Amino acid sequence: MKPFAPIAALCLLAFASTSQAADPNLGRNLAATCANCHGTNGNAIKGSGLDVLAGMEKAKILQKLADFRSGDKPATIMHQISKGYTEAQLDLIAGYFAGQK
Amino acid sequence: MMLMKRRDFLKVGAAAGAVASLYGCAGGGKAGGHVVVVGGGYGGATVAKYLRMWSEGGVQVTLIERNPTFISCPISNLVIGGMKTMEDITVSYDGLKNTWGVRVVQDEVTAVTPEKRSISLKSGGSMSYDRLVLSPGVDFMFDQIPGLNNAAAQSKILHAWKAGAQTVALRQQLVSMKDGGTYAIAIPKAPYRCPPGPYERASLVADYFKHNKPKSKVVILDANEDVTSKKGLFTKAWKDLYGGILEYRNNSEVKDVDVASNTAILEFDKFKADVLNVIPPQRAGAIAAQSGLKLINQRWVDVNWLSMESTSTPGIHVLGDAVFPAPTMPKSGHMANQHGKLAAAAILNLLAGQEPNPAPVVMNTCYSFVDAKNVIHVASVHQYDPATKAPQPVKGAGGISAARNEIEAKAAMGWARNIWADMLA
Repeated sequence: MKPFAPIAALCLLAFASTSQAADPNLGRNLAATCANCHGTNGNAIKGSGLDVLAGMEKAKILQKLADFRSGDKPATIMHQISKGYTEAQLDLIAGYFAGQK
Repeated sequence: MMLMKRRDFLKVGAAAGAVASLYGCAGGGKAGGHVVVVGGGYGGATVAKYLRMWSEGGVQVTLIERNPTFISCPISNLVIGGMKTMEDITVSYDGLKNTWGVRVVQDEVTAVTPEKRSISLKSGGSMSYDRLVLSPGVDFMFDQIPGLNNAAAQSKILHAWKAGAQTVALRQQLVSMKDGGTYAIAIPKAPYRCPPGPYERASLVADYFKHNKPKSKVVILDANEDVTSKKGLFTKAWKDLYGGILEYRNNSEVKDVDVASNTAILEFDKFKADVLNVIPPQRAGAIAAQSGLKLINQRWVDVNWLSMESTSTPGIHVLGDAVFPAPTMPKSGHMANQHGKLAAAAILNLLAGQEPNPAPVVMNTCYSFVDAKNVIHVASVHQYDPATKAPQPVKGAGGISAARNEIEAKAAMGWARNIWADMLA
């Protein structure tokens, strides 16, 4: 069973090198927190009254979020939820949805 | 997105599983292996779908669920109030099977053997896993209410706190009750499943009485010191809409029941109702304790919030109402769905030999109907905090509705349609 030792060593290396870095799937993971209401990957059900975010221009999503946070855009709930994420997180979320079909 | 047909993925999945378990680590490559998910509710269905979607079919997923279809607890109070039907809150598991290639098995898990990474099934046989996800919801502690601790009593004094046959039966009791009767709902001490749920139910039964049985009363017997969720909005709705119909009593823990006379027995008092609806105290579904997982207060599973993995038992992840909650984190279907996604991302990293995302975020949205047309919400966002090793609510974010309103009734139904699709379609 020779393969075990080197592969175990590789595992340790992988753990050590990634322990401080951000997860490459961070944008995907953060965007998934929106999917309960806005649909998987931003594809809200048509006629459900929720914005489809999949494929929306990134700048447009970020502007909407900024307007929710500032109070410029009236909302029932998004003014409260959008304040829970950092600007860097919102940037990742908007980028992820913009890249979806 | 359409994944491979089930038969194809089973072949590939089996091969990937063999590789993963041989080497225990894919060296930072793609995730493979077999994940068994126990419980197909808001947490379990979500983790099953997201594991398949995010691994692009690379991880084999088996979902074990005792019921043939998903029936939603959220929105079920509208069935009890007569505004919706069971059909409205029932969703098939076919989307998980056909679109995502999840192997859905209608069965029950009778035992978990963590050291062998194996589970036993009620129908016989066993199944091995690389990672196990338990999303068992809550079990009721009937022993805390001695008179309710038998099947005959439980078929008369209902909880209807798991949507299904009891939802229909409680609706029937309310329809059969004479005008001038009293419906009493008993709420256990927090934490329990769905903090605002009992107050929503009391409101919708009051709405039903107001329009159909106007001489009837609703009484809330709350074991807690005060309304545990959306207090100002609920109490205003009760004052504005249900004066003379609905009465709220705090510090009214039900210690026992007399089944023959439909009487709730409190510490210093008794309350006889025509329809008595007792929500018993709860703990993590029994399979959690049976699996030997570390519990807090002998009730809720202690988890690592970066992965939802049990702190005592490697390879077993736990979601939803069964976990010991992080500060201010509610036991809700929405939160269970968020746990499912956090766990899916972490499991895929672990199966690929990588560490879980060090900065997960979860959030909650919960809508409650105060009558057939008006809704109130509570929302929160929880960011992982390395210092406390738990998600903490973000200060200045989240909140409640400014006032009850009809716009959010549409939002609530939109939420339901989208979250059911996010889990199951």
